[in-house]
Amino acid sequence: MTRRRPVPPAIRRRRLLLSVANHSVAIALSIAFLVPFVFILATSLMTNEQALSQSLWPHPFRWSNFHDVFTAFPFLRYTLNSFTYAVLATVGVVLSGVPVAYALSRMRWRGRQAAFVLVLSTLMLPPQVTIVPLYVIFVRLHWIGTLKPLIIPLFFGDAFTIFLLRQFFMTIPQELSDAARVDGASELQILLRVIVPLAKPAIAAVALFQFLYSWNDFFNPLLYAGNNPDSWTLAVALTQLTTLSRGVLWNLQMAGALLFTLPVIILFFFAQKVFVQGVTLTGVKG
Amino acid sequence: MATVAERPGAVPEQVRLAERRRRRRRSALRRHGIALLFMSPWIIGFSAFYVYPMAASLYFSFTRYDILSDPVWVGLSNYQFMFTGDGLFWQSVRNTLWIIAFLVPLQVAFGIGSAIVLTRVKRGLSLYRTIFFLPTMVPLVAAALGWLFLLNPAGPINRFLHLFHLPEPLWFYDPHWTKPGLLLLGLWMVGQTMILFLAALLDVPSHLYEAAEIEGAGPWQRFRHVTLPMISPVIFFSVVIGVINGFKYFTEAFVISQSGDQTGLDNPIGYPQDSLRFFTSHLYQQGFEAFHMGYAAALSWILFVVIMACTLVLIRGSRRWVHYQGGFR
Repeated sequence: MTRRRPVPPAIRRRRLLLSVANHSVAIALSIAFLVPFVFILATSLMTNEQALSQSLWPHPFRWSNFHDVFTAFPFLRYTLNSFTYAVLATVGVVLSGVPVAYALSRMRWRGRQAAFVLVLSTLMLPPQVTIVPLYVIFVRLHWIGTLKPLIIPLFFGDAFTIFLLRQFFMTIPQELSDAARVDGASELQILLRVIVPLAKPAIAAVALFQFLYSWNDFFNPLLYAGNNPDSWTLAVALTQLTTLSRGVLWNLQMAGALLFTLPVIILFFFAQKVFVQGVTLTGVKG
Repeated sequence: MATVAERPGAVPEQVRLAERRRRRRRSALRRHGIALLFMSPWIIGFSAFYVYPMAASLYFSFTRYDILSDPVWVGLSNYQFMFTGDGLFWQSVRNTLWIIAFLVPLQVAFGIGSAIVLTRVKRGLSLYRTIFFLPTMVPLVAAALGWLFLLNPAGPINRFLHLFHLPEPLWFYDPHWTKPGLLLLGLWMVGQTMILFLAALLDVPSHLYEAAEIEGAGPWQRFRHVTLPMISPVIFFSVVIGVINGFKYFTEAFVISQSGDQTGLDNPIGYPQDSLRFFTSHLYQQGFEAFHMGYAAALSWILFVVIMACTLVLIRGSRRWVHYQGGFR
């Protein structure tokens, strides 16, 4: 290996300046992205008078705000509703998505290609086109004001879940299925004993995506459960706090918003690996 | 089961072939049956929650319907009213086009810019990346409420502007500043787009940069002639998704216009002064607050047609400026 030529001081200085410049920009951007968090956190620790005033820093720190949110409003109920919706929705898409994705990827039948195109087409449909008749259906079923319209349709398939699972199933070698078939296994047995255990990362990824989507969902709970405060999810309730308290309470609203965000951030950190896998899954064997 | 009447002298081969064909048909039937069974949840869901509602909403769009009574056929009058009689419709169209025209290019530019910053940083890359991505993790409702507070006329951002003797707009209380306020919120949540561009930027083969440097290209020329073409598929993807999301823009606008009032009374949609009345807000208000279901259905079909048309135009146009590695497609 040849000896590396010494770097002339001029170039070294230039590289240092560039590096400083880059880092400065990165730090400036980081500050811009983090400052809103800081202010929201600071406000959530203030008293209401302080929040309405011009002061920028809480004096003293009212950690009790996070508790007061639960006493001032039926916050626990809202949290439970969000949780119920998210968990049941996740169960629903997984239970319905796995067999459908299996049929679309590991079984050969006429119309399979057309069915897959139809599945994809629902992904591109703006929800506004279907909400009016759907709302009417749910009124007739007396499901409006409950969480049922949010949860039950997801037990009949979700295009995103099916798409992701199908892509993943297609990467599993055919030989494994064939070997099981030769051993006399039925399709159901192959699905449950061979494919599902191998597809655990993909199933975990879709479960995570659906949970987060349902937890953050605002439009659907507003539409179907908005008229019944008992069924409000956190997303809807947070926007109604102003009306409920007959005047804006910034400190409690910010505290509530932070509590609402907390599970998401925790899940994100614990599941970073699953996230990355889930994102790259759609790029596998298109 | 004796199926074939054995002709005297029939070749056993033909018998075997016939049996095999029958068996294959039976197994094919069974296979199709099982596939149907596995697909059944989706088939039911697709018919009930997509096919039927789409047909029904098309029908509703030609009626006057308020759920309580039966739909009354009114022909094209919903569409007529939409284009000639409903000023709020045009206001909502203007607002929606405004947000698309400004938010999409800004998000793409900001996403590319911040991704480039990330490619140049050597130490602390994963820390910066996490920080840039963190706002995306915040639920949209929480983010909207947070920025509602931040852009409060007496809030932190105006205090900051005050320090520099800059004008302090009333943000979400001033009809002219509400949408720029939404731009700030949208740019804050650019993390997802940025991650996509980061991956794309890292994918650009470095030998292309080296070749360009040898030819004497400066940094800006390298950007224009190497970077941009190589990441153009991701730009295209971001633009299409951004435009589609722009047409469906709802949550942020709804939350901010409804929750901003200090008195706790319900604001009308689009407050202040319909500056936040986007197409979906208008649809929501017409369909689920005023219960003009037929009109809302008509609005939704117009939205659908427009989105399809825009997507088609974008795809057609993409052939001219999007460059795919490995040959043109």
